[in-house]
Amino acid sequence: MDTRRLTARIAAGLGVMCLFHSGSALAAGSINALVWCDHTDAEFIRPFEEANDVKVNLKEFEGTGAALSILEQSQPGDWDVLIIDGVDVPKLAKDGVLASHPEEALPISDIWPEVLLEQNHKIDGKWYGMTELFGYNTIAYNKDKVDPADMLDMTTLWGDKYKGRMAVYDWHTPMIGLVAMGLGKKTAELGEADLPEIKETLFKLKDNTAQFTDVVASQTALATGEVDILFGGGEWLTGVLSQEMPNLDWVLPKQGGLMWSQSVTTLADAGNPEMALKFMQYILSPEGQARLATSSCYWAMPANMKTGDKLNDQQKAALRWDQQADYLANSQLYPVVDAELDEKMEDLWTEMQQR
Amino acid sequence: MNHTRLETRWQRWRFVLPALLWTVAFFVVPFVFMVVMSLWHRIGGKIVATWNLDNYSNFFAKPHLIKALLNSIEISLSVTVISLLLAYPLAWIIAERVPVRWQRTALILAVLPFWTSYVVRSYAWLLVLAKQGIVNTFLLDTGIIVEPLAIASSRYATVIGFVHFFVMLLTLTIYANLKQLSPNYARAAADLGAGPWRTFWHVILPLTLPGIMVGAFLTFVLCIGDYITPKILGGSNELVLPQVIMLQIGRRADFPNAAALSILLMMVVTLAYVVCARWLKMERT
Repeated sequence: MDTRRLTARIAAGLGVMCLFHSGSALAAGSINALVWCDHTDAEFIRPFEEANDVKVNLKEFEGTGAALSILEQSQPGDWDVLIIDGVDVPKLAKDGVLASHPEEALPISDIWPEVLLEQNHKIDGKWYGMTELFGYNTIAYNKDKVDPADMLDMTTLWGDKYKGRMAVYDWHTPMIGLVAMGLGKKTAELGEADLPEIKETLFKLKDNTAQFTDVVASQTALATGEVDILFGGGEWLTGVLSQEMPNLDWVLPKQGGLMWSQSVTTLADAGNPEMALKFMQYILSPEGQARLATSSCYWAMPANMKTGDKLNDQQKAALRWDQQADYLANSQLYPVVDAELDEKMEDLWTEMQQR
Repeated sequence: MNHTRLETRWQRWRFVLPALLWTVAFFVVPFVFMVVMSLWHRIGGKIVATWNLDNYSNFFAKPHLIKALLNSIEISLSVTVISLLLAYPLAWIIAERVPVRWQRTALILAVLPFWTSYVVRSYAWLLVLAKQGIVNTFLLDTGIIVEPLAIASSRYATVIGFVHFFVMLLTLTIYANLKQLSPNYARAAADLGAGPWRTFWHVILPLTLPGIMVGAFLTFVLCIGDYITPKILGGSNELVLPQVIMLQIGRRADFPNAAALSILLMMVVTLAYVVCARWLKMERT
């Protein structure tokens, strides 16, 4: 056999092998998930991929707006799983974007009752999503530099004591809600009439603020000592640093904290709906919850109460596991406002930053 | 005869056609789409073709949005002027004072920071300018200051970060222009009795103006469109227009409003081009 023919045969053989290989990869399947950065931790994803012989393709996004724009530009079947703020689930469900699931497919009785948020996830008797993690926008601080007793009263932050030593989480919805709580208002009843008083307080806050930060910049600012207080921070900020920097802490002041929650959903036109549901069930299982709650991006409280057995004492302490009953009782939900009021709130926030 | 003329015309066009198609597909069509989008609105979570100028009038009705544009212009102008003042002497030293065999090395050293991602570079500057950064530590240790300076998370930090980047760009464009200048211009000026300063002011500087203006225009355009550096180094204590545009997309998926703000930003850039082009009479060259 001449060399050229031999080469051609080897090439053909390799080609067939490649075909079979790609065929087996296709048989194993894959799902595409739009997620926040905590879900991209390999320690969280790998066990699911190995157990189900599936590839989970992840795309990170920031903010509901970004997720919606990605979905709008995608073809049906492009995405299987979507992680989103709990408050945004009803609208997407009503628009037909999300798939519904039978009650028995989800561990409903294992979820903290306060974060089940039935009003968000159950529409016309069908479950469209489930809270996977929750936490608080409250006050995170460096206890070596700040008197922890001061942090128990939110109004300290718009006094003069910590002027120039604090950063503020840069997102108008939770922060206006938090300031409203500091002024004794209910976030659920927030209306346009409340904005002038909130504006006055925001302007005082701006005078004391060194910088406005996103998630990553918040961690950097507190960890590098650039600021001593992060208004709007919580376990999502200090938990991931709790082993290396035990001086960073967080607390719910007497006015309470704003509870955030993120929900796992699957899409109505998912290309691989069975695997998408399996992924959702993995996320909500105690094993998945423990890995997700302590991911390398940020920490948060797992929604499944049974996760306690999977967390160690240090992780529980950083998440305030034993204080959740009190914390949940002293927290309020994000303000849910219409588009018009949301625009006014965003304008107010931008006006404050430009001051 | 007519056939030959047509053939000649086609020969001319066939060289231009690929570039023309590229420009139409990747600039003209998206631009037209953006203009159209800026006339629509996001209502009830959906983009609706409303065909009015509300997004533009909304901008002029909100002082904090106008301030974002003014911040963008002020920062970009400051960066352009400071970068020019630093880059010209640097380019001149490399072109005139550094031995020819070392000029390439000097240029590589000058543009070395280009090889790093500007996000990484911005975070690096943050560590330099932070309360516990190199600058404050040095000033505190030497007793020059007793309290750390608040340089990070300010406009100063944004300008420093930008200038570091754009000095390199301007150095390259000015250096290229200086190298093209025949040394006979300076010799002729000297023969006519002009001293070094007069030669520079009346001969060298005017002849290098095209390089300066091209670099200055590029600096202004790249600076006014950036939102990462102001976000990382400025600490969002004041917003520039690209940050506001990103907020419209990231928080509310309000593409129509973002498109209108982008068109306004493009109008400023176009104005900057017109100023540069008219001043240098670029259109005649």
